[in-house]
Amino acid sequence: MLSKEQIAQRIAQEVEHGQYINLGIGIPTLVANYIPAHLDVVLQSENGLLGIGPFPKESDVDPDLINAGKQTITMLPGSAVFDSAQSFAMIRGGHVHLTILGAMEVSEHGDIANWKVPGKMVKGMGGAMDLVASAKNIIVAMQHCSKDGHSKLLPACSLPITGIRCVKKIVTDLAVLEIAPEGGFILKERAPNVTVNEIKSKTAGKLIILGEVPEMQFD
Amino acid sequence: MINKTVKNAEDAVKDIQDGATLMMGGFGLSGIPENCIAAILKRRIQNLTIISNNAGVDDFGIGLFLNQKMVKKMISSYVGENEEFERQLLQGELEVELLPQGTLAERIRAGGAGIPAFFTPAGVGTEVAEGKETREFNGKLYLMELALQADFALVKAWKGDTAGNLIFKGTARNFNPMMATAGKITIAEVEELVPAGSLDPNQIHTPGIYVARIFQGEFYEKRIEQRTVSV
Repeated sequence: MLSKEQIAQRIAQEVEHGQYINLGIGIPTLVANYIPAHLDVVLQSENGLLGIGPFPKESDVDPDLINAGKQTITMLPGSAVFDSAQSFAMIRGGHVHLTILGAMEVSEHGDIANWKVPGKMVKGMGGAMDLVASAKNIIVAMQHCSKDGHSKLLPACSLPITGIRCVKKIVTDLAVLEIAPEGGFILKERAPNVTVNEIKSKTAGKLIILGEVPEMQFD
Repeated sequence: MINKTVKNAEDAVKDIQDGATLMMGGFGLSGIPENCIAAILKRRIQNLTIISNNAGVDDFGIGLFLNQKMVKKMISSYVGENEEFERQLLQGELEVELLPQGTLAERIRAGGAGIPAFFTPAGVGTEVAEGKETREFNGKLYLMELALQADFALVKAWKGDTAGNLIFKGTARNFNPMMATAGKITIAEVEELVPAGSLDPNQIHTPGIYVARIFQGEFYEKRIEQRTVSV
């Protein structure tokens, strides 16, 4: 099965030249490290920045320059800063091409739950609901199963919903899957050395297998 | 030009009463009105309703109000950095309204712009939609959200002039400009206060019409939550 870094590496293969991209906290932020150098893309930070750059050197740390996860960052040449209303107008208005975020559960219709575990964890939804309601293309990065072994790919989400019928593609530590228009997880790729049967046994929702399933390729 | 200058934070916040609704700028700890927070803390004002994207951390920012039980209700989008907040929330000690961040930003913008309500797709099909009107436009569902206003808006800017014009820096801007428009009384604290005429009108982010009181903050800690560096 894939490490978090490898999940990020596989997702980076989905990035296209010229895209404006929003990366959620957690595994999605790692995607930035694997975007091929020859592709020009711009990373959007919901708190008001286009042009997120790498983490700063110690001497360049600036408390007025943070990302959505409150980490210190830098700005690339050609960046722009703006306020939060402008930031979400950009997101809601469909100007951000690709959103990559984590999830606790995804349903076979593309519903996503990633903001609350009732009675246990209520951190809040932040920008997630705006992002999933508006982005043209949404890719989820997550573990295939939870820490206690339950499938996170379900017929229906049991946790409070972040957005309905919005996820297009999922990359887990075991597989790459797409949501079928009629409902169901289409198995597109297997992680190296992972069998279709293992993926079947760990997917509680409807798994659709069309012919042979290739392994993920990493250069 | 009209002069909005007040002496200091204590002067700026002296008429905030128990039960007031306050908007407070900032995303995480970036762009928070540190000096007003300290002055309000000193007065131990009670039963506050705070509208702010986050709740600070346990020992800084709005977290300081929570520790002293000064807050009756929070309206925020993400409170995950503050364990005490999450605890008060889960124990029912604190009333909390969690909103999508974009909805919060737009409700505040609308509040200052004379727009009583608007429709947004964020939250459709989730518990955020409960009790709200849903309408379809061009085959897609949207929720109706109402404008938000506050008794006082406490904003933090990088530079300001005595006319109340404000310039922000980096990602410390975030909610400050919208909040400045939506407070009945807007108090702005700045790192550097300059005379009217010193700032280029083309560079102003928030025009002084929105600002009632401005002062230069005595000290800014600018605490960093996640000091991430590359080697």
